[in-house]
Amino acid sequence: MMRALLLGALAMLASMPLRAQPLVADLSQHLVAITAGFTGADIVMFGATDGPGDVVVVVTGPPKPTIVRRKGRLAGIWVNRESMLFADAPTFYGVVSSKPIDEILSPQQLDRHQIGVDHVRLLPPNPEARRDDIPEFREALVRARQRDGLFTTEPGKVTFLGERLFRARMTLPARVNTGTYRVQVILVRDGQVVTVQTTPLLVSKIGFSADVFDFAHHDSAFYGLIAILIAAAAGWTAAAAFRRI
Amino acid sequence: MHVYLPIAELSVNWFILLLVGGGVGFLSGMFGVGGGFLMTPLLIFLGVPAPVAVGTGAAQILASSVSGVLAHWRRQNVDVQMGVALTAGGFLGSVLGIWIFTVLRQAGQVDLVIRICFVLFLGGVGGLMLIESARTWFRQATAPGVRKRKLHEHHWLHGLPLKLRFRRSKLYISALLPLAVGFAIGVLTAIMGVGGGFILVPAMIYILGMPTQMVVGTSLFQTLFVAANVTILQSVTNQTVDVLLAILLIVGGVVGAQLGTRFGARLRGEQLRILLALLVLGVGLRLAFDLFTTPADFYSLAPEGQG
Repeated sequence: MMRALLLGALAMLASMPLRAQPLVADLSQHLVAITAGFTGADIVMFGATDGPGDVVVVVTGPPKPTIVRRKGRLAGIWVNRESMLFADAPTFYGVVSSKPIDEILSPQQLDRHQIGVDHVRLLPPNPEARRDDIPEFREALVRARQRDGLFTTEPGKVTFLGERLFRARMTLPARVNTGTYRVQVILVRDGQVVTVQTTPLLVSKIGFSADVFDFAHHDSAFYGLIAILIAAAAGWTAAAAFRRI
Repeated sequence: MHVYLPIAELSVNWFILLLVGGGVGFLSGMFGVGGGFLMTPLLIFLGVPAPVAVGTGAAQILASSVSGVLAHWRRQNVDVQMGVALTAGGFLGSVLGIWIFTVLRQAGQVDLVIRICFVLFLGGVGGLMLIESARTWFRQATAPGVRKRKLHEHHWLHGLPLKLRFRRSKLYISALLPLAVGFAIGVLTAIMGVGGGFILVPAMIYILGMPTQMVVGTSLFQTLFVAANVTILQSVTNQTVDVLLAILLIVGGVVGAQLGTRFGARLRGEQLRILLALLVLGVGLRLAFDLFTTPADFYSLAPEGQG
């Protein structure tokens, strides 16, 4: 099914006047549905370029204020000491590309376009005051997110079919956050960014999970009451059932 | 095999959750402890965010304590009078505890305080129980049938006013005593996010002087109300009760609790206490170990506003 969809989309793209635009790309789906059986998802992007070049795809999750704390030893015990707030740290940051990004763009270019975990802007609200501490805390943030599979860099996950058609695949782990993601498809040629195409991607709970979440947040007292009743009923049922055995 | 938990926002193997629920439920039914001191760390270990682990744990503890109380009720092992006094103290204590929790969370030290509390209480309670119950067992083993246990010891605590007769427990003590014990447990419950059974059970045995068989049912009775209170409070203030996670833990837990109650009824009081003491000590040592060993990563992340 996916293959037919892809071929159809590629045929459609190929029939378009490509000279007008250097890059045309789209997602196989614009909604990632988190249902009761959700174990992560693969998002597939495909598109065409107007000639040779490299393609980088950057997916950025919704930001969430995150505190990074450093432990230090106090009287033999490890306790949290210094901390740093990253006010808009993305909850997901994935990069896939046709070649390793540092081979196709200079560090200055990567910084300017914020491509790659080492180049994305991650700063506390008052960067001047904490200048010396920032690299260490930033690295710790990146490390923790990488451990959870939320910050990923995978060169080679963008494959060209011929010279102009490409396809990219990125994996969202099971513990991904909900919200609106930004998908940037970047065309690179001769060490320069030719164009960037941005598409939104919605990650949302659907069905039972969504209903439970909404109920818990909108009618929380009633939700708590239901939770108590379920728990008490389950306990009573078990006691009654075991009495007969 | 995987199921997505809507509030924890996490995909977990449901069979593991059934096993975790069953194991903790078994211990809960056997010892009369809610099992929160085991459940909360286990859930966090599975990747459930700490606030969700605490909130959902409360719902699970509620279910297993209802199941356990009913089983003990049939054996007439619940002192309702004592349970009500403990619960009343517990509600007042949890108000103070929640305030302390908020202050600590803002300072980013709540995790440390919880750990230190656990280590101190688990270590202290476990150690004392182990010594006492081992001594009793040893004495009985060397001189079987000779020693006749006094109903309880008399000391200064029995001079307090407002004396009440607790018929089921065969006690005549001041009502202030269970109220104060309940209050202290309430404070700890709110800070540590556990039912407090592992502290309550020894407190009832050694401070109130209740008979061991009566303690378990009565402790579960008190735990029931504390857990119900926490479930509501967590739902309203933090929205951290995951019903789906709770149901899976409960299904395992209620079955485990029934089996545990049956198994526990076959053991002698001091055997039960030795086993509980070993379990409590084990968890305490594990946590102490984490406190003193060099962490793998010196840094930790937290969403803003959470400890």
